[in-house]
Amino acid sequence: MDYLIYFDNSSTTKPCETAIKYINDSLNNFWGNPSSLHTLGMFSEEKINQARGCIAKSINALTEEIFFTGSGTEANNIAILGAANALKRRGNRIVTTAIEHPSVLNAIKNLEQNGFEVVYLKPDKYGVIDPQELTNAINKNTILVSIMLVNNELGSIEPITQAANAIKQANAPALLHTDAVQAFGKLPINVKTLGVDLLSASGHKIHGPKGIGFLYKSKKANILSPVFGGGQELGVRSGTQPTPAIMGLMGAVLELQNLNEHLNEINNLKQYCISKLQDFCSINSGPDSLPYILNVSVTGYKSETILHFLESKNIFVSSGSACAKGKKSHVLLSCGLNNKQIDSSIRISFSRFNTKKEIDALCNALQDACNTLRKAY
Amino acid sequence: MKEIILIKNGELVLKGLNRNNFEDTLIKNIKKSLSGLGKFSVKKAQSTIFIEPLEENFDFDLALNKISKVFGIAAFQRACVCEKDLNNILENSVPYLSNILSNAKTFKVEAKRADKRFPFKSPEICMEVGGHLLKHFPNLKVDVHNPEVTVFVEIRDYNAYIRCGKINGAGGLPVGTAGRAAILISGGIDSPVAAWCMAKRGLELNAIHFASPPYTSPRAEQKVKNLLEKVAEYSGTIRLGIVPFTEIQEQIAKNCPEDYFTLIMRRMMMRISEKIARQRNCLALITGESLGQVASQTLPALVVTDSVANIPTLRPLIGMDKEEIVNISRKIDAFEISIMPYEDCCTVFTPKHPKTKPTIEQCVLAEQNLNIEELVNSAVEQTVYSYIG
Repeated sequence: MDYLIYFDNSSTTKPCETAIKYINDSLNNFWGNPSSLHTLGMFSEEKINQARGCIAKSINALTEEIFFTGSGTEANNIAILGAANALKRRGNRIVTTAIEHPSVLNAIKNLEQNGFEVVYLKPDKYGVIDPQELTNAINKNTILVSIMLVNNELGSIEPITQAANAIKQANAPALLHTDAVQAFGKLPINVKTLGVDLLSASGHKIHGPKGIGFLYKSKKANILSPVFGGGQELGVRSGTQPTPAIMGLMGAVLELQNLNEHLNEINNLKQYCISKLQDFCSINSGPDSLPYILNVSVTGYKSETILHFLESKNIFVSSGSACAKGKKSHVLLSCGLNNKQIDSSIRISFSRFNTKKEIDALCNALQDACNTLRKAY
Repeated sequence: MKEIILIKNGELVLKGLNRNNFEDTLIKNIKKSLSGLGKFSVKKAQSTIFIEPLEENFDFDLALNKISKVFGIAAFQRACVCEKDLNNILENSVPYLSNILSNAKTFKVEAKRADKRFPFKSPEICMEVGGHLLKHFPNLKVDVHNPEVTVFVEIRDYNAYIRCGKINGAGGLPVGTAGRAAILISGGIDSPVAAWCMAKRGLELNAIHFASPPYTSPRAEQKVKNLLEKVAEYSGTIRLGIVPFTEIQEQIAKNCPEDYFTLIMRRMMMRISEKIARQRNCLALITGESLGQVASQTLPALVVTDSVANIPTLRPLIGMDKEEIVNISRKIDAFEISIMPYEDCCTVFTPKHPKTKPTIEQCVLAEQNLNIEELVNSAVEQTVYSYIG
């Protein structure tokens, strides 16, 4: 394939070299079942625990607080259903936001159908939850608060520590869960200062492989996992651990040593991109959003048309909403964007491998699109 | 014990001197649909086609499924081949039917003696076989009005056959016997159903799809191919032409009044399709239009789109409701593909208030600034072909 300019890093990322090397190593040399008693199993288990330790260190957790799952979605499901299952006798209220990922929203909707009272907090126009509203929503009947650390469409960063404080103040039995799929490996995370009991993340958003995620579960937090089986991962996620994917994830994490440096570089790229786009696009992401995500509306043009136009120039972005027939983004709807803004929104998501030259190519191509394509409205 | 598949021809038995042509095409189509299943022989006699596997492990279930999608067949079933001897029929009947009969409560036997030289008359065959089966399957009772299982015994020229019930065939006429036509396919629910309907009446299919990148997605093209694959299970191979349509749509948007956009677009589609159809010896176009479903499918709109093509347009869905169309779409397994949400060429430029009562004169006036011939020729030249199914 020709040279690709890839700005869809919040959908998935290209696996990094270390990840690929580790996956290869695992497939060649560590294919034993980590649960086997013999040495082949033991070698795999050692590698998995090495990966566990490496990930734990990166978020200031203990090794035994990291549980591997099949995906970020699965980590979210286990955290939410597991917490509700464990705490259902101590209260009935769940607090979340209207802009969560479907793997959180649909798990919580299922709980709502089974009798839980759910509060969906509405964000402001940049996709940020009001800390005061959040505090007010948490009462002593609350058993679970699930709020994403970073929103996947807008990059908005949510006030998680505020939730931790509110739970203490209300003297609620609640566990605090955060979906950190878009934050892990991008924003420095310290689970202790963040104050969360449960945190989900995924491998393929940070140049690791697909099919691997993890759940951080504080030693103090008790959940009853909805996954039944042979009791692997201390019963949190039964099923033979995928050693290659876990080692791949470790490889990806090992490459992420200077998060703040990357964050600065990418913030420069984003600001540069905004300065070039703001004349003919409306910027949907807020000023304090995560540098890795930039959501804009190319007013007058349909997202999908823009997407395919850019694709023809080997530039890849994501459309904010699928298409005229597809569903509109629930995130952008909740932020109060109008239909035209939603229909023309695209998400540009960066990685540490993007360059200023690529931003130039993207902005020129978008300018080009506006000059040649016919407006949809 | 030898097993075969008996296939009863559909309405083609009503054909006169042409009947052989129809039967030969049907046999050709059956052979094609069963290719890949191993060796088998095909014979025809007395409006029936006999498929005899020549290899062990012939997959009868898969074969029956394939035959159920061949047009021109009224009914079919697998059957046990017996000698034309009552004892041999009785001997074969118990093991051949034991799977079905040991789990049934009621049954009856029907006999048909096509060869009148056979010494037992039909009712006598019924009595003998019925009595024999009753003796071997104590769980069974005879019920001639509402039997769970109907056992058929047929005495034909060379052999006798035992079978259970029959399966209704796809009906219609063998594909290819009615000539060839081209379906205009968009990727929605209607056009694959229209294609299926006309293949059912014996037409061999070509397909024409209009693509407008970047306004439409490459996935929309893939969707059309997936839909045609479903239709091709019935119609056999379809030749698909994908016409680049972006420039034409942009030119119409630039040079013509907005409320005529869809009409002029469809007129351009008809002109291009006619050319492609003639190149491929297609005698007609097929569309999935249903009267009044949308603005471009009102009668006045059909009049102005038809007026540009000197080739008939077949519209098998013209009198159907959406629900009837959806039912067929589900039946041929196309519905789930049809409802996948991708932009197709019809949605991007859609006018807010399309003309519903246009006249030919108005359309001619509205498109006077277009270089129609050049646009049509260039689109036809740049059409890319592939084969589906």
